Amino acid sequence: MTAELQSYLILILVGFLPSEVWRWLGIALGRGLDEQSEIILWVRGVATALIAAVVARIIVIPPGALAEVPLSVRVGALAIGFAAFLLIRRSAFAGVLAGEAALVIGATVLGR
Amino acid sequence: MDAPPQDSPASPPLRTFVRGASAGVRSVFFYVLIGNYVGLGALSYEFGFSIWWMVASTLLVWAAPAQVILISTLPTAALVEVALAVTLSSVRFLPMVAALIPLFKAPGVRQRDLLLPMHLTAISVWVEGMRLVPQQPRGERVAFYNGLGVGLMGAAVIGSATGYVLAAQLPPLLAATLLFFTPMALLMSSARNARALLDRVAFALGLVVGPIVAWLSLGLDLMWTGLIAGTIAYLIHRWRESRQGGAA
Repeated sequence: MTAELQSYLILILVGFLPSEVWRWLGIALGRGLDEQSEIILWVRGVATALIAAVVARIIVIPPGALAEVPLSVRVGALAIGFAAFLLIRRSAFAGVLAGEAALVIGATVLGR
Repeated sequence: MDAPPQDSPASPPLRTFVRGASAGVRSVFFYVLIGNYVGLGALSYEFGFSIWWMVASTLLVWAAPAQVILISTLPTAALVEVALAVTLSSVRFLPMVAALIPLFKAPGVRQRDLLLPMHLTAISVWVEGMRLVPQQPRGERVAFYNGLGVGLMGAAVIGSATGYVLAAQLPPLLAATLLFFTPMALLMSSARNARALLDRVAFALGLVVGPIVAWLSLGLDLMWTGLIAGTIAYLIHRWRESRQGGAA
């Protein structure tokens, strides 16, 4: 019970509040914000790089069942998915489908 | 005294809310969110969270990248590190919300009336909101947008629960495909949003710098990667702008 309760407290402290604070600031600032200001551009760069780091992290240090697929297959499938996305009218659907297919074929052929 | 003139007689709030929710269900994002959150649900199962915690994180955080960070780092990283990474990944809400606020300006709409609709703001809701809200009468916009947000959030909750249950039951290879969905979806959606050189360089550098920083095991690896790769991308952007400025 206490551990359960603690997991929800942690969710509020390190999940809800750090995320929600930007929505509150957005309300407070309202219109008085320049999207092209230098600080906003820098923050955009940092946030984008952070998302890329999350992607890399899941591929390099994967959880559970994904860890049983070889690293070369995980990286290769991501590259194939991205190539399909670029080639097929920047369609995320095509990209995800190609990447998933590559993952299944690669894992089956190269074994675990 | 007469009441100030309205655009049109306002519909009851509940009916407007339902109209917003049905716009959410008919949106293409409804299906995109289900797919995206199936991956997140599977991820939360693999990292040992309960299904209720996962659903609560969707209702409270309502930002897929922040939730991926939470789920994948909470079991191992320090709480400060998780909070920093989550907050950096959610800075984008500041300009998004600021851009929405003028649409909701109307007599009788107070700042605190905007707390709920702005909490419901995620990228999907924002994109649909920027398109649909201006078509609504001013007095109905908050209720409409609340409906839109709740409708799309519903897709995420359905997806989370489905992914969680599937990950527990599927054979390992199929469970792996569910887990693989999340990094793929993040990669594609970032590539689609990357309009400027700044975004592309930041993303590409983050992919390379991320594993290096993680390998060095300095701690706070997501934050350092963001700061290092993001700052380099910003400086490259500045350098290119100034060169173009000089040529013009």
